[in-house]
This record gives sequence, structure tokens and C-alpha cells, in this order.
Amino acid sequence: MACHRVGNRKNKSSGIKKVLLVGNPNVGKSVLFSRLTGVKVIASNYPGTTVSYTHGAMKLGEGEVEVIDVPGTYTLEPTCEAEQIALNMLEDGDLVINVVNATNLERNLYLTLQLLERDIPVIVALNMWDDTKHRGIDIDLEKLRELLRVPVIPTVAVTGQGIKELVESIPQATSPHLPAQSHDERWAVIGRITDQVQRITHRHHTWAEHLEDASVKPLTGGLIAMVVLAAAFWVVRFIGEGLIGYVLDPFFNEVWAPLLLRLSSLLGGSGFLHEIIVGRLTNGEINFVESFGLLSSGLYVPLAMVLPYIISFYLVLGLLEDVGYLPRLGVLVDTVMHRFGLHGYAIIPGLLGFGCNVPAILATRILESRRERFIAATLISIAVPCAALQAMIFGLVGARGGQYVAIIYGTLFVVWVVLGFILNHTVRGFSPELLIEIPPYRLPPWRAVLQKLWMRSYGFLREAVPIILVAILVINILYFWGVFEVITNFTAPVVTSLLGLPKEAVTALVIGFLRKDVALGMLAPLGLTSGQLVVGSVVLAMFFPCVATFVVLIRELGVVNMLKAAGIMISVALVTGGLLNLVL
Amino acid sequence: MPDSKQISLVRMQAGQSGKVVEIQGGHGMVNRLSALGIRPGKRITKVGSMLMRGPVTIQVDRAQVAIGFGMASRIIVEMG
Repeated sequence: MACHRVGNRKNKSSGIKKVLLVGNPNVGKSVLFSRLTGVKVIASNYPGTTVSYTHGAMKLGEGEVEVIDVPGTYTLEPTCEAEQIALNMLEDGDLVINVVNATNLERNLYLTLQLLERDIPVIVALNMWDDTKHRGIDIDLEKLRELLRVPVIPTVAVTGQGIKELVESIPQATSPHLPAQSHDERWAVIGRITDQVQRITHRHHTWAEHLEDASVKPLTGGLIAMVVLAAAFWVVRFIGEGLIGYVLDPFFNEVWAPLLLRLSSLLGGSGFLHEIIVGRLTNGEINFVESFGLLSSGLYVPLAMVLPYIISFYLVLGLLEDVGYLPRLGVLVDTVMHRFGLHGYAIIPGLLGFGCNVPAILATRILESRRERFIAATLISIAVPCAALQAMIFGLVGARGGQYVAIIYGTLFVVWVVLGFILNHTVRGFSPELLIEIPPYRLPPWRAVLQKLWMRSYGFLREAVPIILVAILVINILYFWGVFEVITNFTAPVVTSLLGLPKEAVTALVIGFLRKDVALGMLAPLGLTSGQLVVGSVVLAMFFPCVATFVVLIRELGVVNMLKAAGIMISVALVTGGLLNLVL
Repeated sequence: MPDSKQISLVRMQAGQSGKVVEIQGGHGMVNRLSALGIRPGKRITKVGSMLMRGPVTIQVDRAQVAIGFGMASRIIVEMG
């Protein structure tokens, strides 16, 4: 047969350079990817965790092959950006590992059949194999192999079961070159396959399933959401404050401060170098928030003020992600989100934004239309403060009283609602309806949760700390050269009259482009009233995205839409700041 | 024996099941739904729905799918 010749040519493992992991959303491709390559990636329990591709290398025989973790897709006829990316990547792969959710064979086989129609060798990884047993599903593997005419390997990616067999079967992969079929024909074929290979025994609801059902009903769902969100907030505060109060503050005050003071006297107690390295002393003591030296504020801000909240936030977010709660929250808020031109699933990028706006804006790819993506990205950049900025708000504004923190969050919430409403009525295009698969609740494996937490915290340290140090260096040098003087005098009318802030606050807004946490820290030594601090925090949060977010916005929205978004940000920030200034 | 009746997903009660008989939508909608396993002939169970024209959640095979109200109102199910 002609097709076999083609298959044999591609058969040799030496000819394989690129292996693609393709499958429905939330079947465990990213976990499998980590198993194959050792490259750690963010995996969660909701469809659409992976919106761009990740690649790594894997040993195969003598050589190495590239493995690509493709965003999940239900079909090769794309319905959103992430699925389009998946389709494009299929063009230049040499082999597909089709990851299939064994507990939902029928639906997953649709993509499998589409793959088998293409000219590319396929292996099927029947993942979540362990789940089939307690879900009362029995699959005849031999029969399935015979019908699909490709290797079918049962796997449990989270434990590593079947991974070795999967890799060993790569050389046997061929493309059966099924004839192209219509939808109905494919479903008919799938029906015949599942009838022959799958037996399902009925069993009663488990408690997890009762909880699943309760989460998407109005009354119980609302109650569950309130409990979950309140608990999440409480745990984030508890862990964050605990780390600061019992670990980091004692360390900086009792160990680091004496060392710095000794260094300070070595440097002569003042001067340009002293300002840069140790910072300005307050009454001969180091004030870690206000001194603005590289070794004082430069370390204290990221490590003792921000990092604790990064850790606590991402621990809680990671748990919610892996349990599978977030899509249910999406269902719950769907009706409300439609008022803002979004659907419920936009809550996921929104929540990610409370950690960092960069992954949040990338995650808007799970939304189907350009209009939705523009609205979501704009709203997130304006009204969702990242964990670093929030940590500083808790630290600095929280010291003046909880009510001021509440005013900041309340204002940002109102801005989200009002701006969302306006955008919904002015941005052209359409917003499609919600249509999502809801994953089952799972008990998250602790190792996976901690590993994800480590990746995100380490990512913060690696990416943020250098920028914070550079920002502080730049601030000191610009002060020294008097550059800020020029900027502040130039913009003083707006800032002082409209926002009621001292003109020095402008420098903070400028530095906000580098790092918002450092920028808020710059407001600390200005002796602001609590009201001014609130105005400053709100304007800083909304005014303009930080440079990392800015770059991602340009990439995701394009220059023109980014400019539109930026115009909205600046005007909304000035209006809101002005109004707050009048009220407070 | 009562006649089998056809109603839309939004008018089903939580806990009721039935067989999808018709999807009153364009090609795009039919494709998106069928990719999620929702197509004529399929047996589904309604899990629940949100108030104020909120999304409807259904169970189809081993998966739960949430469907926006407008779309759900155009999925016709034969009860019984």
C-alpha cells in the first residue's frame, strides 16, 4: 500500500526532529511535556492553561528531538487564537503524540481522527488512565490499537506511568492516512469505535461530583464562591503577613541593618556612592522603605515587601487552578461579565492579573474575539493591580489604616465596572457566548503545587529583582543630575492642581513604567497625607502599564490598539485621580 | 404513555436528561458544540443554570460543559 511506504520513510527515529504534543484542552499535555523533557511548565486544571507553545528537548535513541507542547484544541478547525496557534504548528512537526483523556474517549477521538487523516505519524497517549478504573470505564486497548492502526499507550502523566513505553513506541509510529471525512462520517466512525472498545458501568455520584454540581447552581454556587474567595483572601494575607512579620522583617532589622550601618561608616556616612549603595539615612538609622539605596530598599522592597505576597498569592492561585475551581467561577460570573462585553471565562485572565499582568494578558488568548481580547487586556491593565503593587499598597497604605486600602480597591472595582460598561457599548465587533468544558475537581498533587509555586516565585526573583535594582540606580543617578527636576516642573500643573499631589510625585509615576512597586515606594518619603497616598496609589495602578506589560500589550493587541488602550488608561487615570482628589 | 416532548436546554429542569435532536444555529455554532461532544443524537443531563439568563451547565458523557444562555436556548432536546 502506498501509504505504508510513506509511513516507513517517516518511521526511522533518526528522521524525527520535532515531536508535537497535541490534544484536547486540559488532558495533561503540559504535565506529559514536563515528564518527557524535564522542562518545567505551568500546568493547571482548566482548559486553556497553555496559550502559546513551549518547547524542550528529549532523548530519543542516540540523538535528541525537540518536543513542543501545543495549546489544547478540540478540532483542527480553529475557533480561537490558541487553537489557530495549534493548527499552524502542526505544519512543521514530524510526529504527533496525541494526548487523549481516557475518561472521555468519544469526544477526544474526534481530534484523533482528524490527525490520522493528515500525513504525519501519530502515537496516542491514553492519559489519565488511572481515572478510568474508579470512573467505571473499561477500555480494550488491543482493539483500539487495531482500529486506529497506530500505537496506543496508556499513561498517567502526573505519576510518570507509561512514559517509558510511550517514548519506546515512537519508532513504530506511522500515519494510517485515513481518507478525509465529513463531521458526520467521523462521528459515525467514532461511534463504532467506542461501541467496540469501551464498556461503562454505572456508578453513583461521589462527594466530589456533588460538590461539582453544587458549584454551578445559583444559590449553592454563590455561597461556595463567597467562601472560596474569602478564604483565598484570608490565606493570602495570613501567609504574606506571617512571612513578613516573623521571617523577613526580623532578618532585615536585626541582621541586615547592622551590617549595612557598618558599611555605611566605611563609606563615610554620606556622598554619591553612599547614596547609591546604602541610601539616605534617617537620623543615623536605615529606613528600608525610604532610604533608596541598592542594598537597603533595593533588597528590602522585592524580598521583604513583595516576595512574601508573591508566595502567598501564587500558592492560593495554584491551588484554585489545580483543584479546577476557576472555570466554575467563570460560569458564576458570566451574566455580570457580559455587561462588560466579556464572558465568564475572562475571570481567569482577570485573576491571573492580580499576580502579574503579563501572563494575564497572554491568557486573554482563551477569549474568542478580538473585541473581547481588547476589552479584557485594557481592563486588566487599568483596574487589576499586580501582586508586587498590591504588596506595597498593603505595606505602605495599610499602615495608615485598612479603610484606605479599601478605598483603593473599591475605586479600582468601580473603574472596572464603569469602564467595562462603556467599552462594551463603544468597542465594535461582537462578543461570543460562553462555551467551556468544566474539568472535574481533583485533589492537587502537592509536589505539583509546590513546583508551580517555586517556578512563579523564582520567576519573580529572576525577572523583577534586576529591574528593581536598575530602577533604583537610575533613580539615584537621575536625581543626582537633576533630570527629575525638569520633568517635575514640566508636569507640575497637572499633578499638583488636578491630582493634588506634590510635584515630586511625578518621578514616581515615571518610574512606574519600570516597576510599580518601586514607584509606590518613592511616594513613601514625600510625607503625603493618607488621602494623597490613596490618590497616588490609584493613579499609579491605572496610569500606564509597566514596561513588561507594555511589551506584551503591543505584541498581543498591535500598535494601534495598544495606543488606544494607552489613551484610555491615561485619561481614565487622570479623571479618577482628579475625582478622588476632590472627594478625599 | 405521555408523548415525548421537545424543549430547549434552558427550559429543562436541573437533573432532567434527554436526547439532543436539533441545534438551531449556523455552521460555526454547530461545529463548536460538536467539538465538545454536543450534537444531535447525544444524551445529555442538565446539571443546573444560573439566574438572569446565565449559562446552562450540562453533563455529556464524562464531561461537564457550560453553555451561554443564547446558545443553550437553541439546543433542542427530546425529553424522556
